[in-house]
Amino acid sequence: MGNLPYDVAHLLGTSVLVLSFGLLFQRRILGVLNIFGVQAGFLAAAAAWQAHIQHAPHLYITAAIALVFKAIVIPLALRRIVFRLRIHRTVETVLGVGPTMIAGVGLVGLSVILVLPLTHQSVALTRDDLALALSIVLLGLLMMITRRNAVTQVVGFMSLENGLILAAVGVAGMPLVVEMSVAFSVMVAFIIFGIFFFHIRDRFDTLDLQSLESFRGERS
Amino acid sequence: MNGAGLQLLQFLLVLLLAPGLTGLVRKTKARLTGRRGPGLLQPYRDLIRLLRKEAVIAENASWLFRFAPYLTFTALWLAAALIPTFAQRLPLSPIADLIALVALIGLGRFAMALAGLDIGTAFGGIGSSREVMVAALAEPAMLLVIFTLALLLGTTSLPDIAGYLATTNVGLRVSLGLGLVALVIVAIAENARVPVDNPATHLELTMIHEAMILEYSGRHLAMMEAASMVKLLLFVSLIACLFAPWGMALGEPTAASAAIGIAVYIGKLILAGLVLALFETSIAKMRVFRVGEFLATALLLGLLAVVFLFVSKGL
Amino acid sequence: MGVAVARGRAGHLFIYPISFLASAAIALTAGASLLHPPIDAPSAILPIGLPWLEAHFRIDALSAYFLVVVNILAAIVAIFAVGYGRHEEEPHRVLPIYPVFVAGMNLVLLSDDAFSFLVAWEFMSLSSWLLVLATQREPGTSQAAAAYVYLVMAAIGGIALLLAFGVLAGVAGDYSFAAIRTASRGQAATAAAILLTLLGAGSKAGLVPLHAWLPLAHPAAPSHVSALMSGAMTKVALYAILRVLFDLTVGAPGEPSGGAGWWPGLILIFLGGLSAVMGALYALLESDLKKLLAYSTVENVGIVALGLGLALVFRASGLAGLATLALGAALLHAFNHALLKGLLFCGAGAVIEATGERDIERLGGLIRRLPATSACFLIGAAGLSALPPLNGFVSEWLTFQAILGGTQLSLWELKFAVVVAGAVLALAAALAAAVFLRAFGIGFLGRPRSAAAAVAIEGAPSMRVALCLFAALCFLLGAVPLLVLRLADPVSQRLFAQPLALSAGSTWLWLVPFSTGVSSYSGVVLLAALVGLAFVVILAVHHFAGRRLRRGPAWDCGFPDPRPETQYSASSFAQPLRRVFGTSLFRVREHVDMAAPGEMAASRLLVVTRDLAWDWLYRPIAFAVDGLASRLNLLQFLTIRRYLSLMFMALALLLIVVAVLQ
Repeated sequence: MGNLPYDVAHLLGTSVLVLSFGLLFQRRILGVLNIFGVQAGFLAAAAAWQAHIQHAPHLYITAAIALVFKAIVIPLALRRIVFRLRIHRTVETVLGVGPTMIAGVGLVGLSVILVLPLTHQSVALTRDDLALALSIVLLGLLMMITRRNAVTQVVGFMSLENGLILAAVGVAGMPLVVEMSVAFSVMVAFIIFGIFFFHIRDRFDTLDLQSLESFRGERS
Repeated sequence: MNGAGLQLLQFLLVLLLAPGLTGLVRKTKARLTGRRGPGLLQPYRDLIRLLRKEAVIAENASWLFRFAPYLTFTALWLAAALIPTFAQRLPLSPIADLIALVALIGLGRFAMALAGLDIGTAFGGIGSSREVMVAALAEPAMLLVIFTLALLLGTTSLPDIAGYLATTNVGLRVSLGLGLVALVIVAIAENARVPVDNPATHLELTMIHEAMILEYSGRHLAMMEAASMVKLLLFVSLIACLFAPWGMALGEPTAASAAIGIAVYIGKLILAGLVLALFETSIAKMRVFRVGEFLATALLLGLLAVVFLFVSKGL
Repeated sequence: MGVAVARGRAGHLFIYPISFLASAAIALTAGASLLHPPIDAPSAILPIGLPWLEAHFRIDALSAYFLVVVNILAAIVAIFAVGYGRHEEEPHRVLPIYPVFVAGMNLVLLSDDAFSFLVAWEFMSLSSWLLVLATQREPGTSQAAAAYVYLVMAAIGGIALLLAFGVLAGVAGDYSFAAIRTASRGQAATAAAILLTLLGAGSKAGLVPLHAWLPLAHPAAPSHVSALMSGAMTKVALYAILRVLFDLTVGAPGEPSGGAGWWPGLILIFLGGLSAVMGALYALLESDLKKLLAYSTVENVGIVALGLGLALVFRASGLAGLATLALGAALLHAFNHALLKGLLFCGAGAVIEATGERDIERLGGLIRRLPATSACFLIGAAGLSALPPLNGFVSEWLTFQAILGGTQLSLWELKFAVVVAGAVLALAAALAAAVFLRAFGIGFLGRPRSAAAAVAIEGAPSMRVALCLFAALCFLLGAVPLLVLRLADPVSQRLFAQPLALSAGSTWLWLVPFSTGVSSYSGVVLLAALVGLAFVVILAVHHFAGRRLRRGPAWDCGFPDPRPETQYSASSFAQPLRRVFGTSLFRVREHVDMAAPGEMAASRLLVVTRDLAWDWLYRPIAFAVDGLASRLNLLQFLTIRRYLSLMFMALALLLIVVAVLQ
C-alpha cells in the first residue's frame, strides 16, 4: 500500500499525537512550551498537506494561522509571561510515567475502537484523521487534569484545540469561518488567562492550584 | 556458493567486522570532540593484547565466572550469525526466528549479569541490577516492535521479512517509523551507549555494563569485550535487515551478488557507526532512573505502532 | 499402613519408593494410552459412594495427559523425598498423608462424574492442608495463619465447584460427566457454571486476585510437598477449568463453535495476563526463597490461563487451527512448569536442609559449597526465565505465535485484547528473568552472608539424583518438544476433533506452528550450535591465550572489603525495578533512618509494600462477613418468646407463598 498522500497525512497526524504524549511526560515548563510549539508546527504542516491533496486553498490560511499564532506567537508570549512570573524553573510532579503511559495508550485505543467501526463507510483518510484527532483531544484533557500549574493546564487546553483543528482539516468541506472563530477564541482565552495569571500571582504569590485550594476553605 | 560456505562466511564476517565498527564509532566520537583519537584498528589490537595477558581472577570465583564470558560470546555470536546481512537465505536462519533471537540475546545478558554477581562485590551488584532494570523494559519494547512487523507482514522469520520488505513497496507506513524509533532506543539501551550508559566511564554512579565486567582480566575480558562489540554489530544488522534490507543478495546468491551484498552491508555499518557517534556526542547521559522513562518511551512507541497498524490496515 | 510405618525411623525409605513406583506406573500407563489411544475409552463404574450415585472413573485423553504431568512430577519428587525425608523431625505428620495427597490428585483426574470429582478434590485440599500444618510447632505462628487462609480459600473453592456442578447437572440430577455433556441448559445456566468454575478452580490454580493463599500456604509445607502443590495441584485445577470450559459445556465434541462464546476466553485472558505480570512483580519484591517460587507459580499459571483463554476465543471465532495451537502451547507450558517448578522447589528444599535458612539475604556462596544443587537450580532458573535452548522458552514461544495469529479474529475487542495480552506476556517474561537472576545471583553466588551458608554441605545423594533427573528432562524437552506435543495431540483431537496443527508440520528437529515461511524453531540444532560454537571458541582461545589462571583478591576498584555485608542484597538488587514499577502498583515506600554524622549506630532501610489484592478484595470482604456474622450472632441470644415468634413468622410466610402460588 504505497499511497503517498495517505501516508504523509497519517505521518503528520501521528507526529502531532506523539508530541501530545511528549507534553504529558514533560516536567519543565519551558520544555512544555517548546513541545507545544513544535506540535503546532506539525499541525500547520498537516493542514497544508490536506490543503494540497484536497485542493482546498482556504486550508492554507488555516495552516498559516496555526503556524504563526500557535507555533510562534503564543509560545513566545507564554515564555515571556513565565519569565516575568519567575516560574520558569519550576519542575512539577506529574503522574508517574507508567500510569500516564497506560492511560494515554488506553485513550488512544479507546478512540480507535470508537471511531473506526462508526465510520467504516467513509474514506480511509478521513476515518484515520478522526481517530487521531479524538485521541489528541482526549490526551489534551488528560494533560489538563494531571497538571497542577495553571500555565501547563492552559497549554493542555490548547493542545486539545490542536486536535479539534486536526479533525476540522481532515474532513473535506469545512468552512473557513470556523477556523477564524477557533483562532480568535484562542486569542481571547490567552488574553484572559494572562490577566488571570497576574491577578492570581499578585494575590497569592503562587500559581500552584493545590495551595490555592486551601484558600477556598474546603481542605488544607 | 553452497549453504555451508555461506554460513561460514557469515560467521567470519560478523566476527571480523565487529571490532571495526566499534573502532569507527570511537574514532568518530574523538574527531567530533576535537581529539585525534585511537586508530580505526585499535579494538583489534586491544583484543589481541588482552588475549595475551594473564588472566587473574578472584579467589572466590566459581566455574560460572570462568565459563560466563564464553557463553555470552557464543550466544551473541550465534545470534549475529543468524541475521541476514549480505545474503537473505542463510542455512541456519530457520532455527531461530525473531522472538527466539531476542531470547538468545537474553541468554547472553543472563550469563553476563550472573557473572557480575559471582564475586560478591558491590560494583557487580550495581551493574547487574541496573542491567536487569534496563532489560525488563527493553525486551518488551523489542517484542512489541516484532509484533508490529509480524502483524504487518504475517511472519516472524527474518529472511522472509527481509525479502518482503526488499521487494515490495510498503510505502511510508507510520507503524514502521514508530517501530524504527523504538528499536533504535532499545538498541542504544542494550548496547550501553550514551544516554543510557557511558561505555568509556569507570565512575560507579554511571556504570552499567562496565560494572558487570569489572573483575575480568586477560582472555576473559577479551571475550566480554568481543561480546559487546558483536552485540553492537548485531543490533545494527538487525535494524538494517528489518528496516533497510535493500542490497542483500536475495534467493540463491551468486558470487557477484554476494560481493555486492557485502559491500552494501559494510556501507550500512559505516553509516550506522557515523550516526551513532554523532548522536552520542550531541546528547548527555541520563540519570539512571530517567533511563526507565527513556525506555518507557520506547515501549510506548511500540504500543502505538501496533495500535496504528490496526488503524491504517483497517483491520 | 502409612501411620504404622511412619512411627519408625526409616519410614521415609518405605513410603517414598512405593510412591515412586506407583506414580511411575501410572505415568507410563497414561502415556501409553495417549500414544496408542483405544477406540472408546473404557469407563469404570465402581459401586462405592452413596447408594444411588455410583462413582465413575475413566481415562480419556485429557485426563491421561494430566495424569502423565502429575505422575512424572510425583515420581521424581518421591525420589527426592527419599533423601529429604531423612531429616524430617516429625515424620508421622507428613508420611501418612503424602500418599493420600498424591492419590487425591490422581483420583480427581480419573473421575468421570461430579460426585467422585468433588470428593477427590476435597481429599486433595484437606490432605495438602494437613501437610501445610505439618511443620507447625506452636499455635499463632505464621504457618497457622497460612493454613487458616488456605482452608478458607479451599472451602470457598469447593463450594463454588459444588454449585457449578449442581448447575451443570441441572434439575435432572444425573451427575455423571456423560450425562452433563448431553444435557441441555440455558445460556444463563452455562454462564453461571463457567463463572463458578473459574472462581473455584481459579483460586486453587492461583489466578490473581484469588491467589493470596498460595504464597502463604505453598512455602509453609515441606519442600517436596510444595513442589507437588505448585507443580501438580495447580495443574489439576487447570484441568478442572479445561474439563468444564472445553468439554462439559460444549455441545457435541467436534462442533467448531460450541460453548458459551468468547467471553469466558476474554476473562481467562485478562486474569491470566494480570496474574503473569503481578506474579512476577510480587516475586521481585520477595526475599523468602519459597515464597518467591510460589509467586512465580502464580505467574506461570497466568501464562497457561492466557493460552487457554486464547484457545477459547479462537474456538468461538471459528478458528479451530489457531485454537489447537493455543491449546498446545498451554498444555506444553503446564508440563514444562511442573518440571521446572518441581526442580526449583526441590532445589530450595535441598538448600534449606543444608543451611537451615530460607531467606536469600542470608544465603550466598552456595555454588561452591553445593555444586550439584546449584547447577541444577541454575538450569531451573534459566528455564523459567524462558531462555533457549531449555523447555520454558519453547512453550512461551508457542504462546507468542498463538498471539500473533490473533490478527485473523474479526471482532475489534478481541483483537485489541489479544494484542494487549501479547504486550503483557512480553513484560512478564522479562520480569521473570529478573526474578530468577536475583534469586540465583543473590542466593547462590557471591560470598556467604551467614555462618550457616558458609558451612553448608550437600545432603543425601537421592536428592541430587532427583535434581539431575529434572534438569536432564528439561534439556530433553527443550531440544525435542515434539515428545510432549505427541502426547498433547490426542487431547486436541478429543476437544477440537482435530489434531494439533502444530505437530502436523513439526518433526523432532523442527517446530513449525504454521509453515516454514512464517516461523520455525529448532531446539536440537540450536543446542548443538551453542555447544559446538562454545567448544570451538574455548579451544581457539585456549590455543591462542593459554590456560594459565592466577587467583588473587577481588579487584573491587582497589578497595576490596572482606565483609560480606558490602555485597548487594536481595532488596538492593530489586531496587531499580521497585522504583520503576513499585511506587505506583504496590505503594512501595522506602524510609531511610540515617544515623547522625559521627554516630556509630547502623542506618536502617525500611521498605513497605502493600498487596493490593488484600486491601481491595480480601479485607473488605472479610469485614463484611465479620459484620454480618456479628449481626447474626444476636440470633444466638434471643429469648424463648423471640424464637417462637421467629418460627411463627417463618410459617406464616411459607403459607402466604403457597397461597399466592396456587
